[in-house]
Amino acid sequence: MLSERTAFLIFSVIALIGAVNVITRRHPVHAALWLVGTFLGVAGLFLTLGAGLLGAIQVMVYAGAIMVLFLFVILLLNLDAPPDEGLSFARGASLLAAVATLALIALPLARAPELRAAATPESPVADASAGQVANVLFTRYALPFEVVSLLLLIAMVGAIHLARRPRRDETV
Amino acid sequence: MTALLAAGIAVTTALAAPPAAAEPAWLMLIKVLVAFGITMTIVPLLVLAERRVSAWMQYRVGPNRVGIGGSLQPMADLVKMLFKEELRPDGVPPFLFGAAPAIAAICSLSMMAVVPFGGTLELDGRSIPLVVADADIGVLAVLALSSIGVYGITLGGWASNSKYSLLGGLRSSAQMISYELSLGIALLGVLVVSGSFESGSFRLSEIIRFQAESGAWNVLRLPLGFALFTIAVFAETNRLPFDLPEAEPELVGGYHTEYSSMRFGLFFLGEYAAMVAGSSVIVCLFLGGWHCPWLATEAVVGPGGALVQVAVFLAKVLAFLFFFIHVRWTLPRLRYDQLMKFGWTWLLPLSLLNLLWAGAHAALGWF
Repeated sequence: MLSERTAFLIFSVIALIGAVNVITRRHPVHAALWLVGTFLGVAGLFLTLGAGLLGAIQVMVYAGAIMVLFLFVILLLNLDAPPDEGLSFARGASLLAAVATLALIALPLARAPELRAAATPESPVADASAGQVANVLFTRYALPFEVVSLLLLIAMVGAIHLARRPRRDETV
Repeated sequence: MTALLAAGIAVTTALAAPPAAAEPAWLMLIKVLVAFGITMTIVPLLVLAERRVSAWMQYRVGPNRVGIGGSLQPMADLVKMLFKEELRPDGVPPFLFGAAPAIAAICSLSMMAVVPFGGTLELDGRSIPLVVADADIGVLAVLALSSIGVYGITLGGWASNSKYSLLGGLRSSAQMISYELSLGIALLGVLVVSGSFESGSFRLSEIIRFQAESGAWNVLRLPLGFALFTIAVFAETNRLPFDLPEAEPELVGGYHTEYSSMRFGLFFLGEYAAMVAGSSVIVCLFLGGWHCPWLATEAVVGPGGALVQVAVFLAKVLAFLFFFIHVRWTLPRLRYDQLMKFGWTWLLPLSLLNLLWAGAHAALGWF
């Protein structure tokens, strides 16, 4: 059987290759599928770190539900690969945003070595069972949790409002 | 293709195994082969049973020429499928077109990895749990695999470069997402009454042990949940009355219209293997798994006892598969809008009600 470290490396490589391909593929369906690959790789990382519940949720929610919906919409709109438009404002802006995000993640990690050592294949996360996840979710993070659900509700109401056919006597 | 499938099972097993698996690799391999073998034996029998039972229900003869009573018909079907020409339509992405049926088949077959066929086998001073991967996430792995299996059908529909296939693929993704919600919430009810959240493990073997020790199957605790879960499994496996992704009158063959030969065979295999896995999971969650009410758990010991347990489990699964077939040839197909309306306005609220019932059940400490 594979050692945990080897498995961890394999899953990291899968996740990274997937992530690079998501942003380099021109066809939206292919990009979406590579994103599924990335999610599966990340789920594998969770598994090797001893967080089976998070791994299963990652597959069920992200790879299984959200990405299927993405794919559904892409297929429904029948999108094809867009023509190459060279360097545009949108591309420059997204590059900037990517660098900023990377810096936001990398800087705290560089400054606090204990964060980097939080979980390794040799010392997996001890508290990742359903009960323990629920305990922090409904006590320490109860407010953010509820706010996020409210945010999703707002997005849903907005989407329904936009998609709804207007009644005859009203104008949009 | 078979090698591909075996590889798929092995990979899933390796993933699902707990990090500190104390079992040697050869034992693991034997278990994988046995689980794979049992599933691959049931599938052709199921195809034959489907044809014979439908003939019986419709008062006609059915396939009875090959072998005694038509018993070799699945072999003949397989040989036909293997030797047919593999057609690939123009303008399809070759990799995705080939990968789609493999995804569908691998996901369905891998689900059997977390299903316990019996309790533990005491052999040669070693106690062997009769399940390929006794992983902590257990039943969640089944849900995860079934949600990945959707890709097989959706991609098959898209990669075929055909309108009928695309419509079938789209329908299946919408249908499976809608019914997965009810499936998951109905499952939550089982986990609540079985105390899985207290122990923090979602092993199917522990849910069965809970039912065996309390002497009452979960179907008695959650009759509504049982009905909801079964309906959702019918939708997840694309079986009538929910087989809209391949509705013949409207879509020719749906997502597998353009597939022929063994590629079609893999879709076919995936569908029937998903039925076997679905029935097994229902039997484990609601019908006591290998537990037999007339046999005290203490009386069933040793290798013989383990065999009895496996037999009890398989008998229940086969009985449930008969129910699957019976329903298919009894009920008419729903219309697509009816399917969606039923899923969202009936099944989902009822599954929430069932969760409330399960909560009350656990909190008030009924049997």
